[in-house]
Amino acid sequence: MMKQKTRVWLAGIFLGMLHVCVLFAGFFAPYNPAAQNRDLPYAPPSKIHFVDPSGRFHARPFVHPTIPDPENYDAYLEDKTHNCPVRLLVRGDSYAIGGVFHSNLHLFGVEEPNRILLMGTDAYGRDQLSRLVFGGQISLTAGLVAAILSLGLGLLLGAISGYYGGWFDESAMRVTELFMALPWIYLLLAIRAFLPLQVSPVQAFLLIVCVIGVVGWTRPARLIRGSVLSAKERGYVLVARGFGGSDWYLLRRHILPEMTGILLTQAAILVPQYILAEATLSFLGLGLGEPTPSWGNMLAALQQYKVISSCWWMFAPAVTLVIISGAYFVLSDSLHRLESASNQQ
Amino acid sequence: MLTFVLSELAPGNFFDEMKLNPQISAETIAGLKARYALDQPLYVRYARWVESLAHGEMGFSFAYDTEAMPLIWSRAKNTLLLTITAMMIAWMLAILAGVWSATRVGRAGDRVCVATSSVLLSVPELVVALLLLVLAVKTRAFPVGGMVGLDHDTLGAGAKLRDLVWHLAIPAAVLVIGAFPILFRHVRASMMEVMQAPFIRAARSHGIHGRTLVFRQALPAAANPLISLFGMSLAGLLSGSLLVEVITGWPGLGPLVLEAIMGRDFYVVIGTVMLSTLFLVGGTLVADMALVAFDPRIRTDG
Repeated sequence: MMKQKTRVWLAGIFLGMLHVCVLFAGFFAPYNPAAQNRDLPYAPPSKIHFVDPSGRFHARPFVHPTIPDPENYDAYLEDKTHNCPVRLLVRGDSYAIGGVFHSNLHLFGVEEPNRILLMGTDAYGRDQLSRLVFGGQISLTAGLVAAILSLGLGLLLGAISGYYGGWFDESAMRVTELFMALPWIYLLLAIRAFLPLQVSPVQAFLLIVCVIGVVGWTRPARLIRGSVLSAKERGYVLVARGFGGSDWYLLRRHILPEMTGILLTQAAILVPQYILAEATLSFLGLGLGEPTPSWGNMLAALQQYKVISSCWWMFAPAVTLVIISGAYFVLSDSLHRLESASNQQ
Repeated sequence: MLTFVLSELAPGNFFDEMKLNPQISAETIAGLKARYALDQPLYVRYARWVESLAHGEMGFSFAYDTEAMPLIWSRAKNTLLLTITAMMIAWMLAILAGVWSATRVGRAGDRVCVATSSVLLSVPELVVALLLLVLAVKTRAFPVGGMVGLDHDTLGAGAKLRDLVWHLAIPAAVLVIGAFPILFRHVRASMMEVMQAPFIRAARSHGIHGRTLVFRQALPAAANPLISLFGMSLAGLLSGSLLVEVITGWPGLGPLVLEAIMGRDFYVVIGTVMLSTLFLVGGTLVADMALVAFDPRIRTDG
């Protein structure tokens, strides 16, 4: 019992930290994600050194600037004549947090004009780490907002169906069957197909979130309907009704609080699914386009032979996706067990 | 049951009607429009489309300049080849591993299986596909892209088959890895439940042991939830592999529909969605019927 709670906390804290990282992307990312450096396409990650070429040890880690190999096209060397110590809290590209708070302070960096490329660069020489962190803003927000949309719709329709029943219940459940029968990825694609292809990043983002969120409302709705059905027959609800509690009061005060467990578990299942759905759409080129980074369109670079065969650092978004869905999996699994344990009591 | 199917099919048509939204007319030349009757109002086209559907056609592909139906069907065959292979392998593995795990709950082998399935469960299909692709590219042991090699036509029958299997390996492996953990967990859970049932203890005390006990007594009793699950696998045969096909370059429905979306080739999109929806409904239906056939406790009347 305790163990499950600890797991929930651990996974929750980990995911919370990730979200904070991504929220303050400008601070944690060393560079502007759209800043190009055409001299350094597909540069490998900078190596962090403690010992310089003359054999002297430095307490402060440093990197050598990455320079193109003059003899070898597409290859890179470290410029061993320069040491660029890694400094914390440096001034660099300016950014805005939440569109309000402007700053140019970064967690770490090296002295300009040298660059530290912890995760290498992409085809345009853009810093992969910065893109990863900023891409997380899109991908994680998309997942969260779409899940809230789904759960909100599910809660509303499920609660009404379960509580009032009747024709509304009948028709709502037929609609959920219809939605469940449709293959969701084709549905997403089909909806996307009949909307304009060229849209601005913000519109595209909203579009994707809405599409993903609306497609997924059926399962939470059915679960909530089922548990509202059983909750409204409980003794205390019947008593409250006997004392003259209105429908709205009963729902708000007695029935909906029962749904928290389901909602939380469903959220932990849905959010990673939606993050992946966004990544999939963007990967296929139907989601967010350049230059806005998202994990999906960053992975799309891997469709090229050269990238997939020799640029291992381009897999960073994939690794991140695995870690995030793993954390959410632990979270939903533990929440589910906690919930079923409390139901048995 | 029939009404169930009907209620699912009828609104399905409504969706298609929505998709007939004439956005394309602005982009297409007037002559082409007249040829495909695109200048007609929506309801006329819808009526004509339904009429052609009754003849077993599904409209026209603008991009390929052929009828949509044969085009979709030729691609769907490739998809089915891939998904059926993957599904069979995944099910065999899942049943074997699940049964094996459920007979030794808590022991090392079971723990390894459960841990593996948990890890696999949290690795997204997109990532699995990319990783296997890297593996294929790096080792050069497996071909990447396409269904057959360039020299396929020159090969003999045996070599042709081998060529096909070789190309099938990577996309099928991705699908198997994607499906296995879910199936495994279900098999294990329902087997575990059955293994604790009184009749198993009774069978044990009658001296039935080992394989006979597990496969003759326990597995049939645990089959019900698995049959529903099998129906879902059937249902996903056409729609489950889109991403994998696109990534690994398997010439199935996935790349076709993506192309059709990009090119606004909407009869193809509609046809594909229709066909895979049909499979979804069909799969559910087959599962329900199999359940009835399998379990005398489930009655169709009353």
